Amino acid sequence: MWMWVVHRVTGVAIFFFLLIHVLDTSLVRVSPEAYNEIIGSYKTPIYGLVEAGLVAAIVLHAFNGLRIVAVDHSTWALRHQKQLVWAVWIIFVILMAGFLPRHLMNVFGGA
Amino acid sequence: MTASSEFVPGPKIKEPRVRSGRLRPGAEQWSWRFMRISGPILVILILTHLFINLVTGDGVSQIDFAFVAGKLAKPLWQWWDFAMLTLALLHGGNGMRLLINDYARRPWLKKLLHGALGVAVIGIIVLGSLVIWTFDPCPTGADPSLIPSFCEAVS
Repeated sequence: MWMWVVHRVTGVAIFFFLLIHVLDTSLVRVSPEAYNEIIGSYKTPIYGLVEAGLVAAIVLHAFNGLRIVAVDHSTWALRHQKQLVWAVWIIFVILMAGFLPRHLMNVFGGA
Repeated sequence: MTASSEFVPGPKIKEPRVRSGRLRPGAEQWSWRFMRISGPILVILILTHLFINLVTGDGVSQIDFAFVAGKLAKPLWQWWDFAMLTLALLHGGNGMRLLINDYARRPWLKKLLHGALGVAVIGIIVLGSLVIWTFDPCPTGADPSLIPSFCEAVS
């Protein structure tokens, strides 16, 4: 039940970001200056944190999605679906532990 | 095998007495299939996209026009981004359609939201595709310090 809520909330967040992300990337077609200006805002601390949240949402949605596919396709996964929820959270923690220090250093490291 | 670990399917549900009245009875099945096929593909496409753009090199601080132009000058990334664009918007759009079905109860509101969603999804796919396929990594008259270094050899 909770994973169902997580899947919906992360899905909606990713969808709206996707709309914005295609619009901002489309500025490469306008001019290098226009694109560099908008992408500059992605590198600010506030947006750096929002980005970290988006990556977290994507990783959760991705692995929970794979769990849903597995549960639909195999009775083994259906019987072990509780453990698979744990697997989703463990993979999430491991990937974010790898990503966050790297990303936050890039955002706050003053590069 | 013991009976406790065996998966026992529930009793078969009887056919509904009232037909659903849907015009395309198989449509929801295709929606279900599409989500399960596009999902795992998107996991690979997007996690690689995030890894290349945010983890390798200088992460988010390396992203500027020259970085994107360098990628979009290669057919591999053009197709990669095109696949990601269309699959992600169709997957996300279909997900939003299901949410609208669940939460927008008034028929006029449902129609309005579905319409807005369709316009947004198709509009963004068309816009993104145009950008990917008509993009010029070395626009004429651009500041040379902002464009990829290989542009010099071209012009």
